[in-house]
Amino acid sequence: MKEIQTLKNKIKTTETTERISGSEAVIKCLLAEGIDTLYGYPGGAIMPVYDELYKYQDKIHHVLTRHEQGAAHAAQGYARISGKVGVAIATSGPGATNLITGIADAQIDSTPLVCITGQVGSHLLGSDAFQETDIVGISTPVTKWNHQITKASEIPEVFAKAFYIAKSGRPGPVLIDITKDAQFEEFDFKYEKCKGVRSYKPVPSTDENSLKAAADLINNAKKPLIVWGQGVILGKAEEEFKAVIEKAGIPSAWTILGASAIPTSHPLNVGMVGMHGNYGPNVLTNECDVLIAIGMRFDDRVTGNLTTYAKQAKIVHFEIDPAEVDKNVKTDVAVLGDAKSSLKSLLPLLNANSHEDWHQRFKDLYKVEYDKVIKGDLHPTKEGLTMGEVLKEINIQTKGEAAIVSDVGQHQMIACRYADFNVSKSNITSGGLGTMGFALPAAIGAKMAAPEREVVMIAGDGGYQMNIQELGTIFQQKVPVKIVVLNNEFLGMVRQWQQLFFDKRYASTEMVNPDFVAIAKGYHIDAKKVSERKDLKAAVKEMIDCKGPYFLEVRVEKEDNVFPMIPTGASVSDIRLE
Amino acid sequence: MENENKQFTVSIYTENNIGLLNRISAIFQRRHMNIESLNTSPSEIEGVSRFTLVVNITESQMKKVIGQIEKQVEVIKAYYHTEDEIIYQESCLFKIKSDLLFDERQIQNIIKESNARIVTVNKAFFVLEKSGRKEEIDLLYRELNVFGIMQFTRSGRVAVTKDEMKISTMLQAFQH
Repeated sequence: MKEIQTLKNKIKTTETTERISGSEAVIKCLLAEGIDTLYGYPGGAIMPVYDELYKYQDKIHHVLTRHEQGAAHAAQGYARISGKVGVAIATSGPGATNLITGIADAQIDSTPLVCITGQVGSHLLGSDAFQETDIVGISTPVTKWNHQITKASEIPEVFAKAFYIAKSGRPGPVLIDITKDAQFEEFDFKYEKCKGVRSYKPVPSTDENSLKAAADLINNAKKPLIVWGQGVILGKAEEEFKAVIEKAGIPSAWTILGASAIPTSHPLNVGMVGMHGNYGPNVLTNECDVLIAIGMRFDDRVTGNLTTYAKQAKIVHFEIDPAEVDKNVKTDVAVLGDAKSSLKSLLPLLNANSHEDWHQRFKDLYKVEYDKVIKGDLHPTKEGLTMGEVLKEINIQTKGEAAIVSDVGQHQMIACRYADFNVSKSNITSGGLGTMGFALPAAIGAKMAAPEREVVMIAGDGGYQMNIQELGTIFQQKVPVKIVVLNNEFLGMVRQWQQLFFDKRYASTEMVNPDFVAIAKGYHIDAKKVSERKDLKAAVKEMIDCKGPYFLEVRVEKEDNVFPMIPTGASVSDIRLE
Repeated sequence: MENENKQFTVSIYTENNIGLLNRISAIFQRRHMNIESLNTSPSEIEGVSRFTLVVNITESQMKKVIGQIEKQVEVIKAYYHTEDEIIYQESCLFKIKSDLLFDERQIQNIIKESNARIVTVNKAFFVLEKSGRKEEIDLLYRELNVFGIMQFTRSGRVAVTKDEMKISTMLQAFQH
């Protein structure tokens, strides 16, 4: 009897497993997870996997970036626009360390990534071998999870776990390091998707009482304000969110990563909070009676000085990550859980309301901001071009349908402030880490993940040059991204701070730039430079109409500043308009 | 009260995985917090490890750090306790010249009164073991130091709580 059972088991195993190398198993794991594109750069310790990629090139598209940092950011762009897991692959040592900035960026912005790195043979671990680096040690503080594989047989389980962890709960980056011998080793492969990890609870359970308490506070509020973040987008809760704010009639403001969850033109969308956010929501944060935070983490760029942040208000926090509750701002009611189900359960508990007088306050303050700041940004009468009018022109030409991939600095704040977002997942930018050089590679990943969408990259002359080598990737892969560089020949945001807080001592912020048009043309990318207002419209139109990639340099006013602004350490309500 | 530094003992139940110690210590390091003592061992549940560590921080910092620790994928549960919530022991070893045991009668009294135990004696040295609360070990150290100590080492704290920890039921609940 026992023998028959063993025999049966044997047959069962041979039916469902196949004997393959570790590196082929890596590819099969990726295919099983539905991965069709990866971004990377080959090298010694990952060559067996690349050899398999060669065999599987009809099933999986490997995009050769020009730098591993570019691969990580491209995978981020891919993930941010699609909601799927982005995959980056690199060799050991410098290949692996070059991924780190992208991984750290993904960690702080909750982007699902799986990064695969090659590692020296397991017998060489710890011997200071050529291109050996302790990437598991290095990446530990910036990954949601990481693991080193030294035996091929670990590959299926570790990959399944990696994808599960990267995308479940609050998403984040995961790194898998695979020794070269494990890539060569043959074993019996069998893949099963991960359904759970016993020590890990991706979504905390929602307490019914907390929902009721939240609804009670919201229903009794006279001056409620919602601040939403990326949790709404990551939780695919855009519809539920819209239903809640529309029923309760609550003015709603967004953090930089929350942008685009509802359209810019939505009547209850009162703009961006934070350092360069809109005047109304910042000032009225310190006047509202109930502040409802949804899928956001009270970053210091959002709150300004915490000791004077919304002290008059009751705080309700809808949050998936328990570690975020009471981390920066003490809450009165915390509703744990994912945004979609929490907001769905909240909706029937809410009373219909409109809060018209309260909403009028936002409109009045918008008028103040419009007269002092927005008018001059979007309809300038001075000679030099403003960044704002370039954004306005892009809005017009793309009908607000484009995904805007911005870099970091003044242009980023202008892009977030003035871009029209009609579609969710349209604001792809490095929020938490503030990674200059993010935009160009991220735009590649975004365009490849969503080829049907217009993807417009906007960078300054500083950040653009941090990963300018990725023009090579755009050229080789023929990725039709639109590249806009707003050139003020300065590291503009730092210069602005030097002007305001360091007596105009412009230490190392002035840039002497190359001929950007010639560089783009060197990569056979259509390119143009504009320095006068009369040429802007036609140039933006030509860029949007172009079927392939296009580079547009706009020479903007050299010493424009971004306002409003909450100086560091100041209260949100002390936001400056000039 | 929440803003005064206090001594907390932290118990962390985890999977037994390479690199987890690094992940946990990085949480303290990043916030410029010193770990006063650290012990890792198997726990009452097979395959589950238990970290016990001691830190001097404020309660509000402690709560946030617990949140960050529990956020780690392979951490099952983390708790923090004040002194009165736990039963704890630390352990130490003294290596002392054997001559002293016979020349200094006082040493024999110290050993007796402190409930320390002689682990081994040879011609050159003897080894004394003492388990107890931190202050007891401090006292014994001060008393023996007068005569000269060849080597001294002290373990991290190990602690159990007076209240029940519902870790087993929690683990069962996780197995869906």
